[in-house]
Amino acid sequence: MDPLLRVEDIHKRYGTEEVLRGVSFQLDRGQTKVVIGPSGTGKSTLLRCINRLTAPDRGQVWLEDVEVTAPRAKINEIRSQIGFVFQDFNLFTHLTALDNVRLGLVKVKRMGKREATTRAMEELTRVGLKDKAGAYPAHLSGGQQQRVSIARALAMDPKLILFDEPTSALDPELIGEVLNVMAQLAEDGMTMIVVTHEMGFARSVADEIVFMEHGVIVEQGPPEKLFRSPEVARTGEFLRKISELYGAEE
Amino acid sequence: MTFNFDVSYLPQLAGGLVVTLEVTSCCIAIGIVLGILLALGRVYGGRFISIPCSIYIHFFRGTPLLVQLFIVYFGLPNWGIRLSAFASGILALGLNTAAYQAEYFRGAIQAVKAGQMVAARSLGLTRLQAIRHVVLPQALRLVIPPWSNELILMLKYSSIVFSIALYDLMGVGKRIASRHFNYFEVFIVLALLYLALVLLITLGLRWVERRLRVPGLGTAGRGA
Ligand SMILES: Nc1ncnc2c1ncn2[C@@H]1O[C@H](COP(=O)(O)OP(=O)(O)OP(=O)(O)O)[C@@H](O)[C@H]1O
Ligand SMILES: [Mg+2]
Repeated sequence: MDPLLRVEDIHKRYGTEEVLRGVSFQLDRGQTKVVIGPSGTGKSTLLRCINRLTAPDRGQVWLEDVEVTAPRAKINEIRSQIGFVFQDFNLFTHLTALDNVRLGLVKVKRMGKREATTRAMEELTRVGLKDKAGAYPAHLSGGQQQRVSIARALAMDPKLILFDEPTSALDPELIGEVLNVMAQLAEDGMTMIVVTHEMGFARSVADEIVFMEHGVIVEQGPPEKLFRSPEVARTGEFLRKISELYGAEE
Repeated sequence: MTFNFDVSYLPQLAGGLVVTLEVTSCCIAIGIVLGILLALGRVYGGRFISIPCSIYIHFFRGTPLLVQLFIVYFGLPNWGIRLSAFASGILALGLNTAAYQAEYFRGAIQAVKAGQMVAARSLGLTRLQAIRHVVLPQALRLVIPPWSNELILMLKYSSIVFSIALYDLMGVGKRIASRHFNYFEVFIVLALLYLALVLLITLGLRWVERRLRVPGLGTAGRGA
């Protein structure tokens, strides 16, 4: 079967700094890839190049048989098929949780209001926030806000969801509720790319871990392999350091 | 000492009041529409849009309102454009307030966090949809307090239209006073009328702001 996503030789430069120096990988349907790597390595830039929130300088991104990077690609339609979950949630401040989830349905998918409400409530229920539908983001905890933003992405029926450090802005006691939702999604067969430092999550949920440094993929493979016997010494070193910091209990 | 003011002036003053309110609301309406467009042009337009918008704003903020009014009313007829006094008044005042409002709108648009636009685009909203459904609803709420100053200023500045023979409050007052030689009394009454209007506007806008208030948006530090 063809992969759902193909990323081929992506390059991105900011000024004189080459942030991505030729990144390629593939992702099959239903797979979860966890991307790890030191700060400033280009992980966020890579995710943003996939749905062209940032335009890559070179290289191609394919979502099934559609070239995302083609100049004439219907980028808004493509973006509606790729969920994006941000580190600092970015819920629409002036809208309730329900309206946050509904906006894309009504404005992008042109769904009727009633149908959109039903759909949005389904996803809010799925992330355990049915009774917070009427609350504004300012009245929700960080963990709740992030779960609403996951519901907002899910409601669009995306083929793929990109998570950019979804728990890094959360107080430690709120991280679990978000990771649980994500683990459940992976189990339900959602295709995901997750940038995270949560090694416990990476170990138990990822089908594959990608270790990036200085704009390139250093090594990728199944978690057991990377944790037990990485091919590149640097991978093992980084995993040990990050596991000490964030914990990777099995 | 007597206060030389006769109730028989009131119908005339009421007529003037109507003109003042008409001029103010028309020029404010022009200013809102044009001001939002100018602000969007400055924030989101490429160089070819944002530079002309800046020039416009600097021109209207950098020259006296009265000069602008006279250009429109006395100057444009030389180019074959002849507008009534009322149209000239609201056009000049409207073009002027648009420049000031644009700067308030621009500040408010830029105060909306960048992540809001990015999140909207990530869902597949076009830039215009994101501006319309995400950025502007927040910016317009944020802009109400500074913007109310502009509305109050325009109410007061609208009095300059008496100089092109419009009988607004000021025009009517001047006509009454020059007929009865009671400048002091008439203008004191005018001042009180303007003051009452300003109070009404202030209260009205505060009510609107409260009605539209959303938690977490621009109300921090004001004791919600
Ligand atoms: N819009 C931008 N303009 C200029 N430089 C940028 C921009 N975005 C990112 N960079 C730079 O590109 C480099 C990679 O940034 P990126 O955010 O992709 O790294 P990251 O791996 O996600 O890091 P972190 O773990 O800190 O989130 C950094 O040096 C950053 O300063
Ligand atoms: Mg990042």
